[in-house]
This record gives sequence, C-alpha cells and structure tokens, in this order.
Amino acid sequence: MLQPTSNAFAEKSTEAIGDTELQEALGILRTHSIPNRNKAAAALPEFEALRDRARDLKNHILGHLDQYLLQFEEQVQKSGGQVHWCADAETARNLVLDLCRKAGAKTVTKGKTMVGEEIGINDFLEKNGIEPVETDLGEYIIQLRHETPSHIIGPALHVTKRQVEETFRKAHTDLEAGRNLDEASSLMAEARAKLRSRFLAADVGITGANFLIAETGSTVIVTNEGNGDLTQTLPKMHIVLASIEKVVPTIEDAMTLLRVLPRSATGQELSVYTTFSTGPRRATDLDGPREFHVVLLDNGRSSYLGGPLQDMLRCIRCGACMDHCPVYHSVGGHAYGWVYPGPIGAILTPALVGVQNAEPLPNASTLCGRCEAVCPVRIPIPKLLRHWREEEFSRAITPAVQRTGLSFWAWFAKRPALYRIAARWGARVLRWKAGTRGRFSSLPLAGGWTRHRDFPAPQGKTFHDQWRARQTGAGR
Amino acid sequence: MSTDRDRMLAAIKAGVSRSPTRDAAKPAPLVPQRGQRSGRDLVDLFRKQAEAASATVAEVKSAADIPAAVTDYLKGRNLPAQVKLAPDPRVAGLDWKSQPLLEISSGASDGHDLASVTPVLSGVAETGTLFVHSGAPTPNTLHFLPETHIAVLYRDELVGTYEEAWAALRKKFGADLSSGAIPRTVSLVTGPSRSADIGKILLMGAHGPKRLHIILVDQPLGSSGPN
Repeated sequence: MLQPTSNAFAEKSTEAIGDTELQEALGILRTHSIPNRNKAAAALPEFEALRDRARDLKNHILGHLDQYLLQFEEQVQKSGGQVHWCADAETARNLVLDLCRKAGAKTVTKGKTMVGEEIGINDFLEKNGIEPVETDLGEYIIQLRHETPSHIIGPALHVTKRQVEETFRKAHTDLEAGRNLDEASSLMAEARAKLRSRFLAADVGITGANFLIAETGSTVIVTNEGNGDLTQTLPKMHIVLASIEKVVPTIEDAMTLLRVLPRSATGQELSVYTTFSTGPRRATDLDGPREFHVVLLDNGRSSYLGGPLQDMLRCIRCGACMDHCPVYHSVGGHAYGWVYPGPIGAILTPALVGVQNAEPLPNASTLCGRCEAVCPVRIPIPKLLRHWREEEFSRAITPAVQRTGLSFWAWFAKRPALYRIAARWGARVLRWKAGTRGRFSSLPLAGGWTRHRDFPAPQGKTFHDQWRARQTGAGR
Repeated sequence: MSTDRDRMLAAIKAGVSRSPTRDAAKPAPLVPQRGQRSGRDLVDLFRKQAEAASATVAEVKSAADIPAAVTDYLKGRNLPAQVKLAPDPRVAGLDWKSQPLLEISSGASDGHDLASVTPVLSGVAETGTLFVHSGAPTPNTLHFLPETHIAVLYRDELVGTYEEAWAALRKKFGADLSSGAIPRTVSLVTGPSRSADIGKILLMGAHGPKRLHIILVDQPLGSSGPN
C-alpha cells in the first residue's frame, strides 16, 4: 500500500501556500469547477431529487452488500470472466502480477484507477519487470513527473501548461529538441501519438470501475478521453480493479448515479464515454480481450459497515467536495499525503491507513459545510470529521497541547456560572488592554494567529449576555 | 483466494443491516421530464444537446442519402475520402458505389483508419448521447480508434431518455441481459473525445475520435431501409 505522509500536513501546507505555480493551477477550482457544477445542477430541475434517490440507493446497497457482490460474481462467471476477492492491498498486488505474468505481459496500459493508486500497483509491477503505462493524459503527465494524483478526477490539476511542456521535453527525447510546443494542442497531439503505439502494443489493460452491476456482471467506467476504452479493448487481457462498495443492483440504478456523477464532477450532463463492459470477447466478435478479470478489494472497508462511518462508503468519487473546499483551494491535494485528498480524503484516509497515521486531516477543516452541500450522495462530511476528532481525543492521538487546552476549556464549560464570569472579565481585560486600536499585534498563546494578522479585541457584551437580553426582549 | 473471499463475506455479513429494504416491485426510476417529448421537439432537443457536446449533426431524408452525406462531410472538413464501414447492414448495405471517389473498406480497425462509419443502437435526446455496442457487425475499435467517427442514426432509433435506450437493448438481446446476453461493451457516447488535463484548456481528440458527426436519417429503419 502507498505509504501515507498525512502527519506532515502542516509542513506540506506551508510549502503549498508558498508555491506560486501550484497556487496558479488551483485557481481553476474557483473559475471553472464550481461554476460548471452549479450550472449543470441548475439545468436539471430533478437534480436535488436525484441526489436523494442516489443517497437512498447507496444506503440500500450498503445494507445488502454481500448479496449484491455474490450476484455480481455469479454473473461475471456466467459471462466468461473471473472475480478475485482480495482482503488487502498486498493480496491484490500479487494477484494482478500473477495475472500479468500468465499473460506473458511486458507492458500494461492503464486507465485511471484510484484503487490502483491505493494498492500501489505501478511501483509493484515495475519492480517485477513489467512496465505500467498510464494512458489518462493527466495520469501520464504525473507518471512522467514521478508524482501522485492531487485530485481524484483531475490527477494533474496541480501541473501548469508550462510544466507539462518541460516534462514532455525531458521525457520524449527521441523527438526534435527544437519543436514548437507553445500550444496546448501541440502537447496533446504529442501525447496522443506517443500513447497510441503503447495502446496497440500492450499485453494487458488495467482499468478501474465507477460501478459494478450485479444484474449483469458488468463493470462501468466513465471517461472523457476514450483512453479507458482503448485500454480494455486492444490488449488480450482486461483486469478491472474495484473496491467492494462500487456494486449497484441494476443498470437502471447505475443510470440514477450517472445522472448525478458527471454533473457533480465536471459539470457535464454526461461524460463523453460511459462504457459497460461484460466478460471477454464473444465468439463472433472481431475485437476485444480474450480474458476478463475483476479484482474486488476490501482493504478495511467492510469493517466500517453498520458503524458510525458507514456513510463514507456511499462516495461515488466525483471530487465535488474537494472542488468546493476552501482548505483544498489553498493547499491542493498533495498536502493530504495519501491517495484521496480533500474532505472525503480526510475521512477515508484515517479509515484506510489508521487514524494515528492521519491525525491532522480531520482537523484540517473549518466545518463550513460546503462539501456536504454539494455531495451528490449527501454524505454528512462535517459530522464524520467530528467523529474522527472525537476518536482522536478518546484514543489520546490529539497532540498534548491541544488536549490540555481542551481539558481546560471543558472544565469551565461544565461550570456555567464560572464560565460566564470568566468570559465577561476576559472580554473586559482584553478590551482594556487593546486600548483605542481595538486589536492586538501579538498575544501570548495565540502566536499562530498573530504572526500573520492582528487579533481583534472583543466588542460589546458576551454571547451569554446578549442572548439573555434577547430572550427577555422576545418574552415581552 | 477462497480464504479472502470467506473472510470478506464474513466481515460484510457482520456489518450489513438489511435496511433500508427495497420493495419487491422496484421503485420506478426518476426520469427527468426534459427527455419526455416526441416529434420535431425530440429531434430539436437531440440536436441541441449533441451540438452542446461538440458533436455535429446532419439531417438527411432517406437511407439512400447517407453515402453522399458522408462524402460531403469529409470534403467539407478537407479530410481524406477514406472510410472503414461497420459490417452491419444498416451501414455496409447502403449503395456506396454511388460515391466513386470514396475509398471503402469494412471490418474492425487496427488503428490506421482515419474515419469510420457505424450504426448506433439509439440516440438519446436527454443529453445528445449515442448508445453503441460491440459485436461482429459493430466492432468496438471503430468507435474509438479513428480520428473521425461518423454515426448513422435512423429516426426510429432516436429516443428521449436513457431508459428507452436500455429498453431497446433488452428488446434486441433479450430482457434478461444477465445470462451473458448483453454485448461485451455498451458505450454511451456524448460528443468527441476530449481532455482538459493540459493547463486546464479543453481540447478535442485526446485518445478517441477528434470529431463525432451524426447523420440523422428522417426515415424509420423498418420502412424502406438499406438495400
């Protein structure tokens, strides 16, 4: 499994905020991602009702997951494919390697798969002498740059056009050094030509899956480039990497989710290619793979069924939560330190790698709620973040200074009379100390705040006093 | 892997709540109003949606007009007069001899074909989407490898919603798609291939077709049909 570096969130965030090129790249979220999603949602009157349907559907599936997975397995077998159950990342990696060896594979083309990132399949295949070739343009760019995805649907979101040019000049050394790559279209043409020969030469194609259909044993991918389709049509073996919560009962159920997924992800009414793949090529087919394998990964997910975090398993990986998150806007995806960034990543990462290895993530949020407001399956993300914060406190993972501070506050909070007096006097002292300026440029214990901005002195009465005045007023 | 299978199923069974249940009669899907229309309205919506997704649409009167429409399109874009046809009679059965300057071949693509002409299962007005599927008469490589994909859509293949298109598939391959009756691939295609992965600039033709041209035939397939 990819090793998490999530505990270095604060250091990496500081770096990210100072990285002008990254900040330029992140601007797209405000200028495009948010308006596009809002436009698509507004253009479909049934959108909010469809979100309710999508939520209810996923809840139903999670309540009957074993039944739908077994039905899916049976149908895959009926169509001539195989299902491989893998409890953890290591089993999944070894299984994929075995399949590739069986196919005599030298190169493997890959469509975008976050489960592939989760199990670290690229490094593993490479160490074992098989070359993985990413074919999603964004994934291809970051593979050449030896980076990980920074966004679940736009893996190279953090890379500017200038950096793509630099990367291609360094990697495609067989091409003329003086070639003109000023236009994005020249860069795309170059990548298209480079990858076309890789598609045709690959022995195995690996894709992810947005959905698995229990009714038919189909796996579904959603792409804009067509790379996923070439990946699974041209080689002699197609391997699908999918996690267990991706299964849906019927084709019609998948369409319910497909009516909210692209609109939430890219603001498209439907992505360019949504492909349902079922089994290997048929006897009379002129093209298609000879073998079809589905790797079903658990990797800890099943232990959250029926528990307080089950709702996170409704996620359909649209990325809207990160597109709308002010924290993600400021630091990008790499600061989160593992596969899934942003608000949903701050819940999934502690769940899948252990909360002690991702302590800062549930705290890296103001709980502003924009993520929940746009989530197509209505995951209560702030509530789940609070769950992790409580868990960290009760398991003593929260840093000592914060624990002491919280205990101190809790002592007062449990004694309301004392709390009111302390708050009233505290406010008065601060106001007096601040003088006519009304603000502090430095304060003991608040250096983290005052280093970058002034701290305003309290104005007027305390909340309790104001509340009481209002209640008496209302009761007149 | 049977041990992993057992362990996973045991862990899942321990967590599933068996709720909320679903009525034996499944809830009817929530189908947006937008696609529920007919006649010229349906054609107009399909055109509008397909063009919004950067496809182009040409309307012709009858199947006999298709070969000339293909030549016209290629000429208009200054593209080589060369096409690979899907072996399907809806396309291969047309009078291609009427286009002496058009170079014709038929079958799957090995990646060297510049343009393909294929039939579709359905066109869906809701989002301007084409349903295509793999099979001996319609090799999947023709939908993805050529730079130009020309799709032929007969008037009675045009529907309003995804649900109607899936119903057409079930009608063609059997209501129970579960017994492996469903074709290896069914693709919902909305416009030509694209990517915004380079500097966030949206460009057509990432890996799949750079152009998607739809020839809408104002004639039901069943009426006179291809010869």
